[in-house]
Amino acid sequence: MATREAFIAKVRQAQPAARPRPDVPSFTTVGGDLRARFTSALQTMGGTCVEAGAASEVASLIRERFGATVSIASATAEVSGTRLLTADTEPSSLQDIDVGVVRARFGVAETGSVWFSEREYVVNALGYIVQHLVVLLDPAQLVDGLQDVYRRDDFRDARYAALVTGPSATADIEGVLIRGAQGVRSLTVVWLAAE
Amino acid sequence: MKVALFIPCFIDAFYPEVGIATLELLERFGIQVDYPQEQTCCGQPMGNSGAHAEAAGAERVFARNFAGYDYIVGPSASCIHHVREHLTAIDQTDEVKKVRASAYELVEFLHDVVGAREFPWAEFPYRVGLHNSCSALRHLKEASISEVAGQPFSKPRALLEGVKGIEFVKPSRPDECCGFGGTFSVTEEPVSVRMGQDKVRDHLNAGAQYIVSGDMSCLMHQQGCAERMKADARFIHIAQVLNGARA
Amino acid sequence: MSRIDHAKAAGEFIKKTEHVAFHDKRLWDLREKRDAQAHGIAEWETLRELASGIKEHTLSHLSEYLEQFAASAEANGVVVHWAATAEEHNALVHKIMSERGMTTLVKSKSMLTDECKMREYLEPRGITVMETDLGERIQQLDHQDPSHMVVPAVHKLRADVAELFGRTIGTDPHNSDIHYLAESQRMNTRPYFVREKTAGMTGCNFAVAETGTVVVCTNEGNADLSANVPPLHIASIGIEKLIPKVSDLGVFIRMLSRSALGSPITQYTSHFRAPRPGTEMHFILVDHGRSERLAMDDFWYSLKCIRCGACMNTCPVYRRSGGLSYGGTYSGPIGAIINPTFDLKRYSALPFASTLNGSCTNVCPVKINIHEQIYKWRTVIAERHEVPFVKQEVLKMAGRLLASPTLYRATVASMSGALRRLPNFVLYNPLNIWGRQRELPEAPKQTFHAWYKQNRGGGDGNA
Repeated sequence: MATREAFIAKVRQAQPAARPRPDVPSFTTVGGDLRARFTSALQTMGGTCVEAGAASEVASLIRERFGATVSIASATAEVSGTRLLTADTEPSSLQDIDVGVVRARFGVAETGSVWFSEREYVVNALGYIVQHLVVLLDPAQLVDGLQDVYRRDDFRDARYAALVTGPSATADIEGVLIRGAQGVRSLTVVWLAAE
Repeated sequence: MKVALFIPCFIDAFYPEVGIATLELLERFGIQVDYPQEQTCCGQPMGNSGAHAEAAGAERVFARNFAGYDYIVGPSASCIHHVREHLTAIDQTDEVKKVRASAYELVEFLHDVVGAREFPWAEFPYRVGLHNSCSALRHLKEASISEVAGQPFSKPRALLEGVKGIEFVKPSRPDECCGFGGTFSVTEEPVSVRMGQDKVRDHLNAGAQYIVSGDMSCLMHQQGCAERMKADARFIHIAQVLNGARA
Repeated sequence: MSRIDHAKAAGEFIKKTEHVAFHDKRLWDLREKRDAQAHGIAEWETLRELASGIKEHTLSHLSEYLEQFAASAEANGVVVHWAATAEEHNALVHKIMSERGMTTLVKSKSMLTDECKMREYLEPRGITVMETDLGERIQQLDHQDPSHMVVPAVHKLRADVAELFGRTIGTDPHNSDIHYLAESQRMNTRPYFVREKTAGMTGCNFAVAETGTVVVCTNEGNADLSANVPPLHIASIGIEKLIPKVSDLGVFIRMLSRSALGSPITQYTSHFRAPRPGTEMHFILVDHGRSERLAMDDFWYSLKCIRCGACMNTCPVYRRSGGLSYGGTYSGPIGAIINPTFDLKRYSALPFASTLNGSCTNVCPVKINIHEQIYKWRTVIAERHEVPFVKQEVLKMAGRLLASPTLYRATVASMSGALRRLPNFVLYNPLNIWGRQRELPEAPKQTFHAWYKQNRGGGDGNA
């Protein structure tokens, strides 16, 4: 087995003469109506946006969309589920859940992405193992683009962080787009200000 | 200005009319053109086969024949690109560097140096598919390319627009490689032919009667494919069109 | 190992007219979508320059960044391993799993694990490996390499997949509805994520030295399932994946999916920094020839590759050959410049499977000078006397001929004998090959040289 020292020494010996690190500027942001851009970008990626006046509306929204008897696991206290979700919940136990509910920390107008960490998900697998994902998003928590996202501090503390853009998808067979590849079959963003 | 004519080996051997049209065209602009008669080949077939060291002899002959000229003009983008970028097996003396820097493809020379835009003696009343070789496009940057954003421009087209009667057609893949690629045309024959056939079909589907190019090697390959396909396409070098050829 | 005959394999693919037509169209469509995205961002060319600069800087300081990455990861509670070779990588995976009594590995796409032939190592040792990416799963079931880095089964049509799944996972072989096939794979794969004694594995798109984070981009969400359901997450990381800072992702993530598929971002961009409480996270850093390549003055630039596949989509040769014709994990233009470092003789035909048109270089988000490296590889291959279609002695003779105006003129003099008398540039008569599917040019009455002598320079009109 290679030792770490031998491994690194080999790389050190091989590496070419030092090249400087370029300065990465901040590019002019597109600006404009962030919410409209987000909605349009998300639609292109197969997600949908709806509006809710209050958190209490979300449960009925879910039932209307997915059926009266669906099972729900919610990572946010704002919405109650049919199954209790805590940090100790075994990820695989969520495999029979129809709908997951989670609040995103922020959204990205450039791409229609929403951001989660283990804090938002409570159980990380929630975002992927359920059939449908409902995402609460405060319209005041939108950033312009990816260059802004990656300058945020959120990545430092998060053990796991995900930028999720629409439902899971694949076009591996003849380029035909399939929604609901391995992960969720649908992703719905609910515009709802955080309390 | 001292101008020398460089006639690529396969034009010398198979398409002398392209060389003649090039010479006559330059002379129409009042340019006195020398043709160094000891020239052989720029060495590109060697270079493209990896035979870098073995190309030294040919490179030496080239540098010797074309020393002392302000402009070396040749009707082939791939050969000119080779001279500019890959004539490196010989000592890079000042003279060699000057030769390399003085090499111009015909369209470049007419467009940039002569500033030619009008060809009143020329008429070509046909629907034309303009094929720009990859060397002309991506290496000599004679026109904009679809994979890079920017203001569209085309030196070959700018010249041809000075020819009465030409109607340009729009193929669906205007700057995809046609598949000649030098020895590639033989060593990768199945892919090369498929690419050539696709290119001919694309031009014909766009309505082309003639396919015009500044690179005879591309045309030789496309014509070879087209004839075997029994496709109704005709091929002509840009020098011939600009020089007044009617067909 | 014997030389891969790209031309022959490509010829076989071209005979499958429906397959090659679809393959070419599908990938050209991705190329056009990539164009639309790139042209829609005013700073696109600047981003390319930055991405290239960041990668070159990182590679020139790779040992420091590897140390920083490992230190950060270990401070986060990740176990970091160092595998100099593919064999060491595979043995490590086996050891980590068997120490914990794990017998199933669910994994997302990783070209590196394909390169290391990890499945072939693990399966005989009692580990069930489940490729969760649909394209990789198709290829796994068919015992083939992926044919494209991003869409591994792009060379197959729906009927091929229907027949394959019918044979292997029990679907209806006559039902080639793509929704049915994709749903079948989803249902067939899902139980593996939740099985006992299962570990999850991902590859790595970017390894951030500053924070010890592994970034994985997928559209299916299979990396997130593989990493977040089982109690053990192993990430296989090629050392060239290092980038210095989190903020650098603002450059790379903007370019990756736009270059690969013409979509602004993948459905999932996941950042793994530390294990979930009560679980384990292991990173395996792999060399396997990368440090050798790093030491090559002309060729280390290929290590900048971020595996977007844009070069494959634009390459007119790749689109008509299919990735399997390149005979290795990596195909297309990037394959042509990487594979010869693994085995020069075996892959000596690949740098010649190119017209040197240069569009690959133009679409590469990290500005690898691919077509220039292809050209340079030809010189290396010629120096080692491994040019597939011509002997060294012939190249020497050709060089002498072109160096002598008299000899050259004498040979070209007679048109009908021209090509026949020129020394064979190739092992076989090029006329025969040219003439298979193309007409030959007609022999003119006289050469230009002869015309000139006759009409302008005095002389008898010969040669």
